[in-house]
Amino acid sequence: MSDDTTATTTTEQPAPDRAGAPEPASPRRGAARMLEVSGLSAWYGEARVLTDVSIDVAPGEVVTLVGRNGAGKTTLLRSVMGLHRQIEGSITLDGSDLAKRSADARARAGIGWVPDDRGIYASLTVAENLLLPPVVHADAWSLERVYEFFPVLHERRDFPGTKLSGGEQQMLAMARVLRMGSRLLLLDEPSEGLAPVIVQRIGEIIREIKGQGVGVLLVEQNVAFASTVADRHYLLAQGKVVEHLGNDDFRAREGELLTYLGM
Amino acid sequence: MSEFIQYTLQGLAAGGFYALSALGLAVIFGVLGVVNFSHGACYMLGAVLSAVLLAELNVGFWAALIIVPVLMFGFGVLMERLLVRWLLELDPLYNFLLTFGLTLVIVEAVKQRYGVSGLPYQVPAGLGGQVSVGSVNLSVYAIFACLFSVVVCVAVGLLLTKTRIGMIVRAATEAPDRTRALGINVGLWVTPVFGFGIALAGLAGVLAAPTRAITAEMGSNFIIILFAVVVIGGLGSILGAVVAGFLVGLVEAYGIAYAPTYAQIVIFVLMALVVLVRPSGLFGREEVA
Repeated sequence: MSDDTTATTTTEQPAPDRAGAPEPASPRRGAARMLEVSGLSAWYGEARVLTDVSIDVAPGEVVTLVGRNGAGKTTLLRSVMGLHRQIEGSITLDGSDLAKRSADARARAGIGWVPDDRGIYASLTVAENLLLPPVVHADAWSLERVYEFFPVLHERRDFPGTKLSGGEQQMLAMARVLRMGSRLLLLDEPSEGLAPVIVQRIGEIIREIKGQGVGVLLVEQNVAFASTVADRHYLLAQGKVVEHLGNDDFRAREGELLTYLGM
Repeated sequence: MSEFIQYTLQGLAAGGFYALSALGLAVIFGVLGVVNFSHGACYMLGAVLSAVLLAELNVGFWAALIIVPVLMFGFGVLMERLLVRWLLELDPLYNFLLTFGLTLVIVEAVKQRYGVSGLPYQVPAGLGGQVSVGSVNLSVYAIFACLFSVVVCVAVGLLLTKTRIGMIVRAATEAPDRTRALGINVGLWVTPVFGFGIALAGLAGVLAAPTRAITAEMGSNFIIILFAVVVIGGLGSILGAVVAGFLVGLVEAYGIAYAPTYAQIVIFVLMALVVLVRPSGLFGREEVA
């Protein structure tokens, strides 16, 4: 089993905060792609939940999957992670095919998963939750850096992971993959059920890691939040990509999209 | 009063056998999702091996306390590698049936080789007789068995809470898929954990050997009570397995002493009561449906 990590980007100094800057009219940027999903279909038994989905994410790019509940967003993330195996089509990371790789091998290759339930272990302390995964890349955050960036995790380091508040658990779930040094983050609805001030903080974290050249694939129903952090957006409906928009178009059509999403 | 203390000690000693075995059952269930029906047979093998080592190789109790768990670890590794592994992807019922079948094979094989009459085993020298504490006479071996079980349970507890291996086992027990997605090769830990769980059952068998009739069938009642222990403690809870093990040992001993007619059912009444009040057991986590 290879432990190869991405070699595409290793920027040391943080890039300028680009979140507010307008994006080019063409949704897809020119940079080399990190994650490439093409022609992906997925099933649960007989039920087809994804049909011929093609998306990609470049290093330092934040890409969202927007869609109603049941549109197949989480299944797409789970397929990339290797947790959902009933699929057809190809998924590559830095050009290498992931089909034969187990979930743990994918994680060691640089994919970091932040599940929609945060995935915090009740039987592990906050510190153990952070230290459980192996460090997979030289750019991984040190424990000191994690604690400096998330002081609350330092304060509560000896608490059982699930004794934290929802927002703190979300911080912990993100901090965990940063300490691991994942190069591509799969974030499943990080803003769900959290107070606006915490959602804002999560936005700051996403911009910080984006500046380090980490790619982010973000599942999000909060359109307003998505437009503050993302470069591009894929709209999913009934398991298909129905639109692919740059952030400017996305913002211009926010009202229409909200109606479309039924929100 | 002195009788009550004696019953308590007997109960705690028997509880130690349950606690050690249930601990093994719990780690196996936690990491593999396998309900190992052959756990009672492995406990029996532990006792039989002690008796055979003594009779045929003149290997005594103290050496058996080390050798038998090592042999049983090897047996567990073989069992996992050759059989259990192939069914892990299927419905857990398949491995339950496999281990049920293995139980029949093990029990019949022991009967073929050693008969049904029971093997002799003496309380080891130095642990025989009784000690007087005030006006109460206590069995030295029961005190030893009880303390030894507690020490092993605490050691396993420390292993699980203070080491990286323990952290991985706890994580894999709680959420195997998520643990894989965080870069841990859970499969790597499956074989040693299974072996370890079987070794604990074997160790309980060695400890029980001087106090029980060693027969091929000694595991069949044991496994039924062990399942009650696991249900009372909470399926998958390691602390629950240990606490419930000692609790069931006590209840059983008091039942035999004070209500012999009902001795067989008191444990199951206890189980029913626990399940009524806390469906997931004393230390089980509430399942989200």
